[in-house]
Amino acid sequence: MKKIMWFPVLAAGAVAVRKARSRKAGDGRPGDRWLTVTVNRPPEEVGSKGELPPPLDAFATRIDVEIRTAPGDRGTELAVRAKKRPSALATSLPGRLAAQDPRQELRVALREAKSLLETGEVMRPDAPPTTHDRPGGKVIALASRRSGGEGVL
Amino acid sequence: MKALCWEGVNELAVEQVPEPELRNDQDMIVRLLAGTTCGSDLHLIGGYIPAMRAGDVIGHEFVGEVVETGRGVRKHKPGDRVVVCSFIGCGRCWYCANDLWSLCDNTNTNPGIGQALFGYETGGIFGYSHAMGGLRGSHAEYVRVPFADHGAFPVPEDVDDVSALFVSDSVPTGWMGADLGGVKPGDVVAVWGCGAVGQMAARAALLKGAERVISIDRIPERLAMTERYIGSETIDYTRTDVAAELRERTGGRGPDVCIEAVGQEAHSDGIGHLYDKVKQQLRLQTDRPTAVRQAIHACRKGGTVFVLGVFAGAVDKFPLGAIVNKGLTLRGAQMHGQRYIPMLLEKVAAGEISTAHLATHTVPLDEAPRAYDLFKHKEDGCVRAVIRP
Repeated sequence: MKKIMWFPVLAAGAVAVRKARSRKAGDGRPGDRWLTVTVNRPPEEVGSKGELPPPLDAFATRIDVEIRTAPGDRGTELAVRAKKRPSALATSLPGRLAAQDPRQELRVALREAKSLLETGEVMRPDAPPTTHDRPGGKVIALASRRSGGEGVL
Repeated sequence: MKALCWEGVNELAVEQVPEPELRNDQDMIVRLLAGTTCGSDLHLIGGYIPAMRAGDVIGHEFVGEVVETGRGVRKHKPGDRVVVCSFIGCGRCWYCANDLWSLCDNTNTNPGIGQALFGYETGGIFGYSHAMGGLRGSHAEYVRVPFADHGAFPVPEDVDDVSALFVSDSVPTGWMGADLGGVKPGDVVAVWGCGAVGQMAARAALLKGAERVISIDRIPERLAMTERYIGSETIDYTRTDVAAELRERTGGRGPDVCIEAVGQEAHSDGIGHLYDKVKQQLRLQTDRPTAVRQAIHACRKGGTVFVLGVFAGAVDKFPLGAIVNKGLTLRGAQMHGQRYIPMLLEKVAAGEISTAHLATHTVPLDEAPRAYDLFKHKEDGCVRAVIRP
């Protein structure tokens, strides 16, 4: 394996281990924490529980929402969580690689809502692509496709 | 159009790729006037920076001419000559609003990868790893500039392309080391590395009032260039004991501020270099922190060490004890260029900062792999190779 391949694989492994450990830690809702971003706008611009910013508004009937002022003039904390707890299979690593975890689309929507509120747009990747796939590149491509729905939110 | 693409570890090729498109209203397209090699490119070329894909266009330090603007661009129009900051900032998240532009929340289109590596993602950067957005780089005929009103700056008429080029990245990176390192009048500052960023850090320290600035390297041409164009003292680390020399020159105290401008592929002349290189090749550490260790040990009690060099992950034998027991402040950052670029363009125009001397070689885009060969092996006194489409 070329050396460039090692780090993403190790990083993915580290995240998987970290997530597995957090499930063992007696968490009340394992794999189902609040997903949270802080938006650099005042609460009245971020919305209310009954009126969510796009594209989160499409999830309105399926999620619980918390909106609160962030400390220290940092804007507004926007937290969401699916009303229906996802299955263990969906939140497993294979489930996430197959894009079966409902939290993934929720993370994407949360990030996009923040960006739209702050900048008026969601920055899109460059197009058309210049890359061509080799085995290592396919791993990076998959990680990139899932990236918006993964992470520490 | 032609572009310089990463094709694998130590493989670069000039290829035909599709021209970039406007993807957002706040984008613009820039026609390249000049770009440059950067030491941080060597890390990704050599496979030390993760998450590259074959065909990625590299390059992140450039000056160009605006050819097309999106509907949301207010500050630029076709025909404008602009220098573009290597890191992309949205200008409105909390980090950008607080002048921490390289930490932008909204410009890394692959946030999950960056969060897996670092806990939180960085902002996006041109022509770098997919962990930092995977955006196209600037060694091409055209490049898309997202959030153009916040990341592109008009070049004063009396500043030529090559002088402006380095204000895209090298100059603000160096300035940031002195600024966030807290350099103040009367300080003695030591700078590890006499490449472009190290030279600019030394110049920034002098302009911020440092009493003495001492630059450390091993390449004779770079040491001579630093003395001539920057005005700092120098130490050739192959000819003396750096820590002892610094103690002697600082009345036994050690430098007040130590700036590391070397990065993850540091060299040294001791057995430690072999140790670090073996551990890096075995993937027991991702980076060789030789200069960081030396800076931490050399720094005076209660002083500050600022890490400007690019590091990817974990290092071995990190002297945490010295930081705690000497009461040091350790800080690092990717560069918050938007914070400094307008001011730095004025200083270049006023002749307070010289940058043109950094361009020791000029190479056409067709021969860009040769530019990186020259630069990597420091052949023919190469400090920076300018690449012109």
